[in-house]
Amino acid sequence: MSERLLIAGGTVVDPARGVEAARDVLIEDGKIRDVAAGLSKKPALKGVETVDADGLWVIPGLVDMHVHLREPGREGDETIATGTAAAARGGVTTVLAMANTEPVTDNPSQLGFLRAKAAADAKINVLFAGAVTFGQKGERLSEFARLKAAGAAALSDDGRPVMHAGLFRRALECAKDLGLVVIDHCEDLTLSNGACVHEGPAALRKGLKGAPWAAETVQVMRDIALAELTGARVHLAHLSAAASVFAVRDAKRRGIQITAEACPHHFVLSDEMIPGYDADWKMNPPLRSHADRAALIEGLADGTIDAIATDHAPHGCGAKSQGMDLAPFGVIGLETSLAASLTELYHKKALTRRELVARACAAPAAILGLKNKGTLAPGADADVTLVDPDAAWTPAPPFASKSRNTPFAGRKLKGRVARTLFAGRTVHAL
Amino acid sequence: MTKDWGRKDLLGLEGLGAAEIEALLDEAASFQESPPKNVLAGRTVAFLFSEASTRTRSSFEEAALRLGAEPLSFSAAGSSLAKGETMLDTMKNLEAIGVTHFVVRHERSGVLEDLAPKVAASVVNAGDGWHEHPTQALLDLLTLRELWGGFKGKRVVILGDIRHSRVARSNLFALKKLGAKVTFCGPTPLVPDAFAAIGAQVEHDVEKALKGADAVNVLRLQLERMEQGFVTSLADYALSYQLTQARAALMKPDAPVLHPGPMNRGVEIASEVADGPRSLILKQVSNGVFVRMAVLAACDRGRTAHV
Repeated sequence: MSERLLIAGGTVVDPARGVEAARDVLIEDGKIRDVAAGLSKKPALKGVETVDADGLWVIPGLVDMHVHLREPGREGDETIATGTAAAARGGVTTVLAMANTEPVTDNPSQLGFLRAKAAADAKINVLFAGAVTFGQKGERLSEFARLKAAGAAALSDDGRPVMHAGLFRRALECAKDLGLVVIDHCEDLTLSNGACVHEGPAALRKGLKGAPWAAETVQVMRDIALAELTGARVHLAHLSAAASVFAVRDAKRRGIQITAEACPHHFVLSDEMIPGYDADWKMNPPLRSHADRAALIEGLADGTIDAIATDHAPHGCGAKSQGMDLAPFGVIGLETSLAASLTELYHKKALTRRELVARACAAPAAILGLKNKGTLAPGADADVTLVDPDAAWTPAPPFASKSRNTPFAGRKLKGRVARTLFAGRTVHAL
Repeated sequence: MTKDWGRKDLLGLEGLGAAEIEALLDEAASFQESPPKNVLAGRTVAFLFSEASTRTRSSFEEAALRLGAEPLSFSAAGSSLAKGETMLDTMKNLEAIGVTHFVVRHERSGVLEDLAPKVAASVVNAGDGWHEHPTQALLDLLTLRELWGGFKGKRVVILGDIRHSRVARSNLFALKKLGAKVTFCGPTPLVPDAFAAIGAQVEHDVEKALKGADAVNVLRLQLERMEQGFVTSLADYALSYQLTQARAALMKPDAPVLHPGPMNRGVEIASEVADGPRSLILKQVSNGVFVRMAVLAACDRGRTAHV
């Protein structure tokens, strides 16, 4: 006897197939079986368990290609279990966990351990990135073929840039042969030079050390040149600067294989909004100027920036209470990503509903080569998120995440995840 | 006596109103004329200095003594702080011993904004990182006010390493509130143009900056700035930015020269200017004691009003 579920009465938004209409969705054995109008009225489906989606959007589960789950090494801040619970609450059904764990995920045995751990603990689909260099030291390339064989979904030294251009070129060439995407954290460390915030008037007023926007853009431009040189696929993590958006837009016009993501905190918040020295507003790259923020939104609107990702980076209260200069970089974001995006992008009419869902679901799935994710096409995995687009709410602890370091706490948002299904089963419901 | 002061702490001048700043200056001026007696009798002032200081610390200690308070000396080296105790725990313990005032110098910007609300004692900022040094700016203002009577229409040049200077920031915030204009002058790495966005005029040509100015406040050039690449060499810096007699003469006649100390004679300031007739440098130091008396007394009133 197959397991069936009907989602009835909602508005399906599936940009991958160009669908944006009142449709019912039939799920069978964890897969999308059918998407059509009036399924709930079919006599053959009478008695099938039904989820009422009246007034809700029915969209593919979000694919967040940039999270830190802190396992192994920092289970006090987050685990695969708590991080994926946070994802479920945010409507996210696939995450890519970065390799800057302790120890670094730079070898097949650790990848094997993590995948087994995820199979046991995760509430949603967890993919893992392998490190580009051993220990993320930027000195020697890790074993890309063995990492891929062990299940690495991408390569990244995220948390740190690969500063050595010659080494990065070889990394791109090797990754290209294996069909792996390389995700780069763009930061020229000689320019950021230990700064804790964006270099601008707010930093000058507070007497804090700032990193100029050019610290990012210098390396974005280098990566574009190396992507052009090698023909490899490069994905740029967490763009924050207007000049980086302009560089990517120009590169895409020239047909270079480059993709990019932006984080909700970067396109919703800016440096002058930081209250005092509150380290829950500290991340890398830092919150930049209003003009940078506006350029990110334009980039998301015209597709220069392909994907929305959170860079979910849990840190305990102790670490974050050390003050702006000493606290570690990073904010959590899984539970607020879609709501913050709806508030800033959809309700302010910068992106259409279809564009927003494409950036959150279909585009990251395509970048990671996931054929059965990011869409509600029949046959795809039944990862489905139900969204109440107009629900007003204010994020506040307790969170599903073990950590609470987020600048969105106490901030009014419009739009909320009502239910999340992973492989046809409900993993979160309001 | 200050009427409108309700704060237990003085963390910076950015958040103060013009009337509050004027009131502190008035109180300092009144102490110059008639020294108060035992205003802080029975109070204990602890000095938490995690950075070296001669002038500021001695000045605060003298101020506390003149008001009848007990100074409690504390050195970060060899203390529980060096053993990993948090600053807040250290302060709470000292408070339990009976400390009513903390005078704190710390190498990190903004550290007191988090700590001060968590203790009942008064917290006075004696310099936090690159952020603020409010009593230094207040003594600079008192020194200038004695000369001018007021600040409307005046233009003060602050010359030197503005980027790393808490003195420059506190002076900017306070001078602007009192109606003066402030010109920041120095090489671009030390005086980024973005300072214009927080209310300063930025000028990289020292002669242009000084021409017609009403006063100049010269900042110390820390020697390590050369290794860090902010200046090409001390000699280069002196060539372009040293306050020489010829450059000082570009200001209005009798426009004064200030320096918060310690001076690098022959680097940011020529000896004949430091010791010359325009120099108010030692006057600043003596005014510092009165300013700090006023601040300690005012914060004590704010503190007891809270209790």
